[in-house]
Amino acid sequence: MTTTATEATRPASNGAVDVRNLRIELVRDGTDVVDGIMIEVVAGEVLGLVGESGSGKTTVGMALMGYCRPGGQVVGGDVLIDGHDVRKLSADELGRLRGGTVAYIPQDPGTALNPALRIGRQLSEMLEAHKSSISESERDARIREALEEVALPPSDEFLRRYSHQLSGGQQQRVAIAMAFACRPHVIVCDEPTTGLDVTTQARVLQTIRELCQNHKVAALYVSHDLAVVAELADQVAVMYAGRIVERGPRDVIFSQPRHPYTRRLLRAVPDLEGKRPIEGIAGHAPLPGNRPEGCFFEPRCLQAVDRCRTAFPEAVEYEPGHWVSCYRADETPKDGHVLAPGRLEAPADVGEVVLSAEQLDARYLKKQTLFDINLAVARNECLALVGESGSGKTTLARCISGLHRDYTGTVKLGDTTLARSARQRGREARQRIQYIFQNPYASLNPRRTIGQTIARQLALFESGSGHDRRARVEECLERVALSARAADRYPDQLSGGERQRVAIARALAAEPWVLVCDEITSALDVSVQAAIVELLADLRQQTGLSMLFITHNLALIRTIADRVSVMTGGRIVETGPVSEVFEAPKAEYTQQLLANTPTIEAALGRNGSGD
Amino acid sequence: MSKFLIRRIILGLLTLFLVSIVVFAATQALPGNAAQAILGRDATPQRVAALTAQLHLGESVTSQYLHWLGGVVRGHLGTSAATQESVSSLIGGRLANTAFLVLVAAIVALPLSIVLGVWMAVKRDRAADHVLSTGTLVLAALPEFVIGIFLAWLLATNLTHVFPAVSLVAPGQHAWDQPNVVVLPAATLIIAVTPYISRIMRASMVEVLESDYVTMARLKGLSNRVVIWRHAVPNAIVPAIQVSALQLAYMAGGVVVVEYVFSYPGIGAQLVDSVSNRDVPVVQALTIIIAAVYVVVNLLADLTTILVTPRLRTASR
Repeated sequence: MTTTATEATRPASNGAVDVRNLRIELVRDGTDVVDGIMIEVVAGEVLGLVGESGSGKTTVGMALMGYCRPGGQVVGGDVLIDGHDVRKLSADELGRLRGGTVAYIPQDPGTALNPALRIGRQLSEMLEAHKSSISESERDARIREALEEVALPPSDEFLRRYSHQLSGGQQQRVAIAMAFACRPHVIVCDEPTTGLDVTTQARVLQTIRELCQNHKVAALYVSHDLAVVAELADQVAVMYAGRIVERGPRDVIFSQPRHPYTRRLLRAVPDLEGKRPIEGIAGHAPLPGNRPEGCFFEPRCLQAVDRCRTAFPEAVEYEPGHWVSCYRADETPKDGHVLAPGRLEAPADVGEVVLSAEQLDARYLKKQTLFDINLAVARNECLALVGESGSGKTTLARCISGLHRDYTGTVKLGDTTLARSARQRGREARQRIQYIFQNPYASLNPRRTIGQTIARQLALFESGSGHDRRARVEECLERVALSARAADRYPDQLSGGERQRVAIARALAAEPWVLVCDEITSALDVSVQAAIVELLADLRQQTGLSMLFITHNLALIRTIADRVSVMTGGRIVETGPVSEVFEAPKAEYTQQLLANTPTIEAALGRNGSGD
Repeated sequence: MSKFLIRRIILGLLTLFLVSIVVFAATQALPGNAAQAILGRDATPQRVAALTAQLHLGESVTSQYLHWLGGVVRGHLGTSAATQESVSSLIGGRLANTAFLVLVAAIVALPLSIVLGVWMAVKRDRAADHVLSTGTLVLAALPEFVIGIFLAWLLATNLTHVFPAVSLVAPGQHAWDQPNVVVLPAATLIIAVTPYISRIMRASMVEVLESDYVTMARLKGLSNRVVIWRHAVPNAIVPAIQVSALQLAYMAGGVVVVEYVFSYPGIGAQLVDSVSNRDVPVVQALTIIIAAVYVVVNLLADLTTILVTPRLRTASR
């Protein structure tokens, strides 16, 4: 511990971004969304702002642009960009700041690019707004240069396209080109690679890194993905429930984190090398208005003491530049090194094959999308299906579940060959194969309570009176660690993780043999994802359930699956036990995927400071 | 695109064909002998027989229908039973008057609705929005004959006398020769359709204003005007186009009441007359024309929708 002086009194820095004591409230009732935010970024550096959904990280990012989402307002603190407080700017000056001095790279370029305007128009209006003095030909040249910087074709044909005519990676690179077009001093990246495949992500991160270095741009990189932040950031700030709980140089945060939340968060990240198990964090972060008196993490913290319930702890500097808001941060953590290898569960004993696909070819809109697929899932086995978007993994899952009928080949449940469409399949087949969708926000009927949703599933597959059913519903909820009270809630009253638990409970209510899980954790936070993964592992152990686990997240497979099939271009290129495939990948494509997957360990190791 | 167009045109023709059957069947279902009804109770049997022959009333229903359809296809709408004039010359001038009325109403109502809708959405949940939302709702709830009578009472008799309460057009002249007579009927139509279109526009605009691309446009530092008119409106306008089409088509039919209120010399008033006179050929011709307007307007709306939606436009390539 070096100092206890509060940071608010520190002298003005010469950083491109300097945020002090920022507080943003809801206009409605003055509840704080974020408070006491301290951020400093110098030119050419990247600050990774890490947090789970609802932590307020995007709110902070947008505050750098003098923007508050409707319903929120900045009520305290300073946001200095190049030494000027954006809170004191006029509307015109704000217009010049946004896009000109501070540019924004959105999370989902698919929705952030205007569907009604051509790419060229959207790029040129940026320059028209901020570089009105340059001539039309200079503007055109600048646009093409910006496209080249992000490795997009600077052709007329490309500029005439609309965003829906681009791939996800191209869309994101257009958004990056747009952000860098006016040579801003600061870039706010709001999870820009979240929706992208690892290969594309690697390229996009490379682009952002190079542009920031070449143009001396200070970047705030908002993300929930710790591995990406480890790869990219120089400094890291960890947000929880609207507060920065820990911040410091990247290596310190990843190797010697002091805040219990940071430590738990790191343990929730799946490890590509498969050396440590993942641990979820029970519960979820309190929303604005529901935050406790003391430390906000206290209700979920395993190290909490009475003092933690009194007041939110001040940030204290423990190592140079390493600030932590925790009363117990100076104690040596008892849980050892946060990234230390741990004991992994032994692979499960698998039984006979319950689900298989043989020589499956599928077509989608007259185009063949799956080629000669062969796979088999045994009882109590988890087979992971990994591939990038467009690889056909979801189509395969849909063929197997009877949701996509345009295929040839056979799908078998046990020894029975199944009809092509779920409608023609018998009750047994529909019951034994249950599909869980990626997006728990869209897969639950918003007009039914959770109890009704599950009761309906029960009614489909078993007989029983109303009274029994209520008890059965509660039993189903209990299996996924939800309280019985959840039965009376509507989906919008639950968090994303809770909704996905409901979706799992609904699937389990049918007493399936096989769960087809289609990217079921990709919309969730890592701590919640880890908890769901733990839940699935427990369920498997208890019930001998089999799973076809579809994902693009390789590290997750390492944690959950026994075997893996790697898909690309509608073909399975490699299948084998997870450890074999990950340690000695045979297919070139698998090697490439593994190489492009960011990991904390590799990022720290590459810079020679990890362990 | 052209494939889509051809398919839609064929479907449109099919719709019209079905409508023609329904219309024909409906006129057949009217009770009594049409010739007798037209000529009145005092008609001599000879005259009734002559008219029966002229209208082909003695033939089978199918034959009558085919006879009529054949005429329509060749452009002969038949002869008015009441006036012995050819139907086309009888309704030609009136059709032009109605078209003029609807056009005037549309030219004012469509942009007005869009602007009102955008304005309400931008001022969402503020006083201006509340007042306009409630106001448009009240207007939407009023039948147009009430609006028409109120306008006539207010602007033609009490407040001013500038606009005639009765839209008299001198014989041989068209409505556009005396623009004064169009004002009140057009205003009635505008008041009748604007609330619907503007409310739809408001709703879709509210949604678009919350979209990521509008936030993105703001974060690009673009002016409010550019954000609204370039980034938001083109994406919000599609539902308004569809509703506009329904409203325009509705105008073509709803104009009947309005024309009747103001005695405007259009097809609406003509239709009312012809129905009461049992002038079957005129009724058939007018209903088919109104049906054709429905089909054409909806086709135009779908085409416009495709034109303003790049995703649709490029998909059908």
